[in-house]
Amino acid sequence: MIQLSGISHRIGGAPILNDITAELPRGKLTALIGPNGAGKSTLLRLIGRLEPLQQGSIHIDEMDLTRTPSVDLARRLAVLGQQTQIASRLRLSDLVAFGRWPHHQGRATARDRKITAEALETFGLGDLSHRFLDEVSGGQAQRAYLAMTFAQDTDWLLLDEPLNNLDMSHARGLMSRLSGLVGSAGKSVVVVVHEVNYAAAWADHIVALKDGRIAATGTPDEVLNAGTLSALYDTEIEVARHQGRPLVLHH
Amino acid sequence: MADTALHLTAMPAGRRKTRMLLALSVLLAAASALWLFQGLGEGNRAFILQLRAVKLGALLVVAAAVAVSTMLFQTVAANRVLTPSIMGFDSLYVLLQTAMVAGLGVAGFAAIPQLTKFLAELVLMCGLAVLLFGTLLGRGTRDIGRTILTGVILGIMFRSAAGLLARLIDPNEYAVVQAASTVSFTRADPVLLPIGAGLTAAAIGVALWLAPRLDVLALGRDTAVSLGLRHGRMVVVTLALVALLVSVATALVGPLSVFGSPAFFGLVIAGLAHALARSHRHDVLLPAAVLIAANILVIGQMVFERLLGQQAALSVVIEFAGGLFFLYLLLKGRIR
Ligand SMILES: Nc1ncnc2c1ncn2[C@@H]1O[C@H](COP(=O)(O)OP(=O)(O)OP(=O)(O)O)[C@@H](O)[C@H]1O
Ligand SMILES: [Mg+2]
Repeated sequence: MIQLSGISHRIGGAPILNDITAELPRGKLTALIGPNGAGKSTLLRLIGRLEPLQQGSIHIDEMDLTRTPSVDLARRLAVLGQQTQIASRLRLSDLVAFGRWPHHQGRATARDRKITAEALETFGLGDLSHRFLDEVSGGQAQRAYLAMTFAQDTDWLLLDEPLNNLDMSHARGLMSRLSGLVGSAGKSVVVVVHEVNYAAAWADHIVALKDGRIAATGTPDEVLNAGTLSALYDTEIEVARHQGRPLVLHH
Repeated sequence: MADTALHLTAMPAGRRKTRMLLALSVLLAAASALWLFQGLGEGNRAFILQLRAVKLGALLVVAAAVAVSTMLFQTVAANRVLTPSIMGFDSLYVLLQTAMVAGLGVAGFAAIPQLTKFLAELVLMCGLAVLLFGTLLGRGTRDIGRTILTGVILGIMFRSAAGLLARLIDPNEYAVVQAASTVSFTRADPVLLPIGAGLTAAAIGVALWLAPRLDVLALGRDTAVSLGLRHGRMVVVTLALVALLVSVATALVGPLSVFGSPAFFGLVIAGLAHALARSHRHDVLLPAAVLIAANILVIGQMVFERLLGQQAALSVVIEFAGGLFFLYLLLKGRIR
């Protein structure tokens, strides 16, 4: 379980997050939703210690975020930001291999190489592995970043808008893979998604943010209803049902 | 194709890379032997040999320091066109020379023991770097661009301060300043050279030891932090190594801008290292850069001294030969 207690965050004096207290359950796929600028990325970056924590506390399972050495965290929690820019010229295979770094810190073993190769295959990058990062499409690069995060093989996976740039089939493939990781490998996943129907179809738990505060939390059935969603996005939204799950109609 | 790529990551450095490093080493050994023994007359062999050896040592130390400091700087700055020479070390060195001559007079300046002067220059230049990079720490190591900009502006200020001071002193003193402010591989005397070489070797040793972490640092802050690198500390350590290397080389032979327009030498070396090493790994990149720089400097200096009879400037040799090779690789698509 990730326990968030009393988290507030300011950037240049402007309040971005206000007194956030919530639990992200272990062994579940949690979707973080909310309008643009709600603070989803900021919250995810705080949990992934990409931003220094200003106020409040974060516990990841038994580990206090600010007291745990960064490399120990990297073996338990992988975080992929919304925009990842890498300056050095890397082949996809080299990029994905970096996912194993927290485990070997420079001396890759046969097992590390096996996991790297598997991650490349899993994301359909086998044929592209020798290509440079700036020689592939946006979606292929996104899949390479995801493969690196998967190769890190951590209990917790935090992904900020992982569906960015992915086509329908890869998006669906990713969600089902995440759901599989939760179901069979006992991992815990937190994803920021904008397309609420992906949350409706795959998430076990939903946290909705608005204006730096928690607007709603609960199961998809509890959160994804017309009233809550219309208020969250300030838009008229209808919700139907499809195969026992909410289906959000917003076009 | 995919197969070879996986293969390359699978092998620590790869046989091709070992062969490349070996070839560069052999070339350097040959150039050094030629440097030492070519045209060695009958009389005074030992004396001339020692003179040549000291100069060769200075060339090698400076080459290694410039190569590694440039690679490290580019890794921290996540930029392939910056070199540490834009940070104002040269200008500070010239300002120091001018201030010492202005303060102590020609006789006083000449009377400062070499070792004292060397160490004082080292401490001052490293001190400035610590101040500069210290501002990085305060900003949570996010604002590397701003630190570099500060260094550039300080460099310009040092240069104008030195220019102003130079106008206030008399022409005799100015001539001394000028002599002290041009690079000279013969200035490196047998006492200072081992100290400079030791410091440079130590800094490069640390850099090689940190190589796996430098690989991660080069990925940029967010990715490095998410992989568990202590990013802030790594940035500071790397910049400290850069400062030490640049200061040692400058204090040893003078302002490094003699290698052509300040950034050029470092730029050529870094570009060539990436092109030949074709790897992101610092345990390959750093040795490659050192060997390339040493080859260019030794061969360039040899052409300059013995073929051209000192008729041109070393910078011309380096800019011309290095530039040509660089262009060749660029056009072949090996540098990008
Ligand atoms: N560096 C910054 N300086 C100032 N304000 C910032 C900065 N980064 C983010 N913000 C502000 O913080 C708020 C939350 O940003 P955040 O990126 O967390 O939103 P988000 O929920 O992820 O939005 P999106 O769906 O667009 O990705 C926004 O109002 C944004 O303008
Ligand atoms: Mg966001």
